[in-house]
Amino acid sequence: MILSIQDVVKTYGDYMAVNHVSLEVQKGSVFGMLGPNGAGKTSLIRMITTITAPDSGTIYLDGAKLHSRSPEQIGYMPEERGLYKKMKVGEQLLYLAQLKGLTKAKAQQEIDMWFEKFDIKDWWNKKVEDLSKGMQQKIQFIATVLHNPKLLILDEPFTGLDPINTNLIKDEIGQLNAAGTSIIFSTHRMEQVEEMCDHIVLINKGKNVLYGEVQAIKNEYKQNLYRVETAGEPPTDLPDRFAVVKAEKNALTFKLDDEAQSNDLLKLFLQKGTRVTRFEEILPTFNEIFIQRVAETGD
Amino acid sequence: MSKLSLIIRREYLTRVRKKSFIIGTLLAPVGLLVYMLVIIGLSSYQGSDEIKVAVLDEAKMVNPLPDEKGVRFIPSGNKTLEALKTEVTEKKLDGVLRIPPLGNFQQKDHTIFYYSDEKLAPEKSGQIEKRIAAKIKAFKMDSLKLDAERLKLLESDVSIDPEGIKSDQEDDQSKYTAGVGIAVGGIMTFLLFFMVLMYGQMVMKSVMEEKTNRIVEVMMSSVRPFDLMMGKIIGAGLVGLTQVVAWVVLSGAVSFIVPLVMGFDAGQMQAPMTQGDATIDPELMQDTGMRIMAELSRQNWPLLIGSFIIYFLGGYFIYSSMFAAIGSAMGDDTGEGQALTLPATIPLILAFYIVSMAGWRNPDSNLMVFSSIFPLFSPIAMPFRLAFNPPWWQVALSLTLVIASAIFFVWLAGRIYRVGILMYGKKVTLKEMWKWTFYNG
Repeated sequence: MILSIQDVVKTYGDYMAVNHVSLEVQKGSVFGMLGPNGAGKTSLIRMITTITAPDSGTIYLDGAKLHSRSPEQIGYMPEERGLYKKMKVGEQLLYLAQLKGLTKAKAQQEIDMWFEKFDIKDWWNKKVEDLSKGMQQKIQFIATVLHNPKLLILDEPFTGLDPINTNLIKDEIGQLNAAGTSIIFSTHRMEQVEEMCDHIVLINKGKNVLYGEVQAIKNEYKQNLYRVETAGEPPTDLPDRFAVVKAEKNALTFKLDDEAQSNDLLKLFLQKGTRVTRFEEILPTFNEIFIQRVAETGD
Repeated sequence: MSKLSLIIRREYLTRVRKKSFIIGTLLAPVGLLVYMLVIIGLSSYQGSDEIKVAVLDEAKMVNPLPDEKGVRFIPSGNKTLEALKTEVTEKKLDGVLRIPPLGNFQQKDHTIFYYSDEKLAPEKSGQIEKRIAAKIKAFKMDSLKLDAERLKLLESDVSIDPEGIKSDQEDDQSKYTAGVGIAVGGIMTFLLFFMVLMYGQMVMKSVMEEKTNRIVEVMMSSVRPFDLMMGKIIGAGLVGLTQVVAWVVLSGAVSFIVPLVMGFDAGQMQAPMTQGDATIDPELMQDTGMRIMAELSRQNWPLLIGSFIIYFLGGYFIYSSMFAAIGSAMGDDTGEGQALTLPATIPLILAFYIVSMAGWRNPDSNLMVFSSIFPLFSPIAMPFRLAFNPPWWQVALSLTLVIASAIFFVWLAGRIYRVGILMYGKKVTLKEMWKWTFYNG
């Protein structure tokens, strides 16, 4: 367990930003923290990164209660991110790395490694303000991971990134994860990360509304939608109990009352003599699950 | 290196390396140099060309008149006013001065007339009035058969020499005590006011910059907000001290070198004011200089400098932490935020006004005693009073309060800062900031 959050509460004045949230992040996993803007994701992350402290509840990082040196094990790229514009790239990275507890020599070594990797060795003396936006984003990412954190927290990581950098950073995140770094993605753009995550938590109005393994959740929230692809035109004279929710040229999507009916559906197609090229169950997206879940909980 | 010292180092180095800092630090003494040269130039400036003035002395009171600087007096001879006026029109003369007879000796005011279409420069007008008045005085004394030497005996210069009553204060004070005290206290007050205001606002600007740059949350994930704020305050404070030390050294060098190079005595700068009067007795002047020096050396300099540093640190921490808190709440919108800076700038300016308006009149007035103890004013007001030996208990109380307040304000600012610095897109009021201080961690 890299991170364990237990019954954490955070209020600002009368406003309850985080309302008794508990969750755990497995070592080496890619964890998605999903929810609309203002749901409390950033408030939660700020507590994990020790920027703020919970009003009540406890957070454990790698088995130990958060303490003053915990931030050195965390790499955090906030949604509101930036760099000292007038500072030189090299000096800035040295400074930020030393603040994360690295010695100057070690920081230098790590910077050299990343500069080599991104092929930007001649950037050391450039001022940040003289770099393009895309270049600044690379530096920002290096600053986040320079100290080899155990846990990498990325808040809305892809907003403002151009497609090339998005892919570059996705690749780097993948490599870091393969090397054992646990990763938390926080975003309101759920579709952006659901393919990358193995576990997620859905947060709405400060509450943990859904939490678990991605596949398990999708199974739980499936709506018995089945899509049948056919070689020719699909049949039109189907019984009413198979409600068509979407008709395409060579495919129909059905909503079944019961998943046990899926075999009946397939059987019907076979009886009609239609050649079926594909038969699949449509699982919901997290956007849909979120909307459904919020409707269920009445919040 | 600890995180705090890393932050202080960065804050210090980035500022000290800035071109604006280097230029400002070097330019201020150069500015002083230019100022001194201008003053020297002005004081030796002879005014415009000499004018020729005919004197029509109707009562034979003032002739002959020796020439003034820039004015040549020409006796009218037997020419009439009309003839003289024509000469003015023909540009042979610049003007005609007509001195009518005195009505009677009791009359104090006497009007003389100047005929010309050109305006008489105020400086020359003053010179002429003074010269004619002196001549009329001599004429009156002569007419009344008064002995000038004996009349001089009537004049006395009176000055109060304050004497203490308790034995230990004996001969502790002289008539120069107050003047020297005002000068020493005034300089300290002035320096403190500007340093606290300037560097306090520097801290505010830098806090706002970090917030606007959006680097602050990145920083927060590495260091505690309090460390970041303190690093900034201490770093900027050190920059301030560096600048002041540089100014003192450079200004000292400038004011030492310039007179040497120009072969010019600084005392001469006062020349325009004393011009035209009888020269000051050099013996007396030396005596005054000696007494002022003695008075200066009698000041308790270790105490003054020591307390200057404590009050600077106290005042700087109080105000710069207020400015840091305000900067953290303001962020990008400087327009709306200006109102927030008032609570920090008003007490500072008020303290400065109290000292400059009331302090020199009576450094021990109730207002000054209050101001020198009230911690928002005392960093400005107490150093002024220190030159006047205030009761020790007031100094002790003031010091205690200023140190306690500095700690309190740094703590309070830290509470506001940690919330404000992460708050975006919200118009912040003072009430809101006050609420933040009660938020948990």
